[in-house]
Amino acid sequence: MAKRKIKNVLPGFGISLGFVLAYASLLVIIPLLMVFINSSQMGWGGLLATVGDSRVLAALRLSFLTALFAAAVNGLFGLLLAWVLVRYSFPGKQIINGLVDLPFALPTAVAGIVLATLYSKEGWIGQFLPFKAAFSEIGIVIALIFIGVPFVVRMVQPVLEELDPQMEEAAASLGASRIRTIGKVIFPELLPSLLAGFGLAFARAVGEYGSVIFIAGNMPYKTEIAPLLIMTKLEQYDYQGATAIAAVMLIISFAILLVINILQQRFAGRITEKGV
Amino acid sequence: MEAVQVIEPSSTEKKIQKLTTEPKWVQAILIAIVVLFIGLFLIIPLIAIFTEAFAKGADVYFAAIVEPDALAAIRLTMIVLAISLPINIVFGVAAAWAISKFRFKGKNILLALIDLPFAVSPVIAGLVFILLFSSHGLLGPLLESYDLQIVFALPGIVLATLFVTMPFIAKELIPVMQAQGSEEEEAARTLGASGWYMFRHVTLPNIKWGLVYGAILCSARTIGEFGAVSVVSGHIRGMTNTLPLHIEILYNEYQFSAAFAAASLMSLIAVATIIIQHILHWKKGADLGRE
Repeated sequence: MAKRKIKNVLPGFGISLGFVLAYASLLVIIPLLMVFINSSQMGWGGLLATVGDSRVLAALRLSFLTALFAAAVNGLFGLLLAWVLVRYSFPGKQIINGLVDLPFALPTAVAGIVLATLYSKEGWIGQFLPFKAAFSEIGIVIALIFIGVPFVVRMVQPVLEELDPQMEEAAASLGASRIRTIGKVIFPELLPSLLAGFGLAFARAVGEYGSVIFIAGNMPYKTEIAPLLIMTKLEQYDYQGATAIAAVMLIISFAILLVINILQQRFAGRITEKGV
Repeated sequence: MEAVQVIEPSSTEKKIQKLTTEPKWVQAILIAIVVLFIGLFLIIPLIAIFTEAFAKGADVYFAAIVEPDALAAIRLTMIVLAISLPINIVFGVAAAWAISKFRFKGKNILLALIDLPFAVSPVIAGLVFILLFSSHGLLGPLLESYDLQIVFALPGIVLATLFVTMPFIAKELIPVMQAQGSEEEEAARTLGASGWYMFRHVTLPNIKWGLVYGAILCSARTIGEFGAVSVVSGHIRGMTNTLPLHIEILYNEYQFSAAFAAASLMSLIAVATIIIQHILHWKKGADLGRE
């Protein structure tokens, strides 16, 4: 009770919370609700007719599959990057560590044009590849891997840094092999942050537009991502079509966010268990 | 910790040390894979931007940057930043203050709400403002009767940018404020400081590096935002084109050198952002009371 009274000494709770709620509602919640209100006005029939269109389905399928694949690659390499950056020392490590943030800082359009140039048939990298990279699904995945690099690294890195070395030592002194120690002791500790980073990279990749459109080739049914189709429908003044696709994307993205939040809460719960 | 290291490791301790790290050759292979991955995906693209920008010589490069449409795009981008950054700072500080210094029901919902723009495609962030403010939109007729234009003009670009950048500063400040606790502010209040005096002389100095760090991340995203701005801008050259949209137009017109010249400017900003960010990272660590 005494603590409560001390808490009340601090000013500005009402005004800060009120401002934050009003701002977020006006800028984000109400505008996003417009998507669902407009879609519901179309009715189930209209909504299904728009989303069930084969071109829309192909775009949604492409967006979610390429995002899943890119996030998986980022999960694998992100884990490896975090491990190498925390555990090993080698020349140039700080530069690599800094470069990991580049996709956060570099505008997506810049990433898009340079990746399209590099991976085209005459490009620095594309000329050595036996397959077509730019202007195909592979190009989309390359762009999505690029923008997703930081997510898993920056989620896993701090957890790995805080990891108690005594657990590994205990496992090793009890006769566990190194691979067994990593698999049974370290990996389970990293798993929540790995999944959270994977989820963030996936959510980002599903909605990504700027870096993809330059390298994708944007062929309907083949390399046309869902955000581009929203854009195309808007340009044709097909607001209903654009809104219906947006509603489907939002529902799936929110489901991902929910899973991330549950994971983080579970993870935070584990930290306090240990701390107290 | 240090005391342990002074003691000569016994043979079993050495064995454990050996067992808790990987053999040198495994380390070498893993480092090589990581360097190759970063090289292929990050270093080569970064070099390529500047090589392509100067492919037709320095004259073409500088001509592309001082060209009127490019200058107009830079000016618009800076105007958008000048409007949105202060708003984002106020929002970020207010959100971090409410979340980290008070207990209330639904805090987790508020946190999820602040994160929401991360899970929304930038194209959808633009779309929602079209649905609200375009002539076919909900408020379109009302705006038209007052002769106000929001989308396909500066206000729409600012709104879409604010939507996308909302989480950045709050996300940086919440952990900083939470780690600091409330004791210093409580002391200031108990000694009779007004709320504003306490904020300026206690809170602000404590969070300043975290705030600068968040503001830089937020600015980088604001300057580079493409998808959301692309939807609401209307693409009017010299009028509503931000720098990323200008790059898109040049690239689609096959003016590659000019496109990469503008891109190289933005890459310089990005690289500077990362360097400042890493310098500030340990200063923010000082905010948190660790080295």
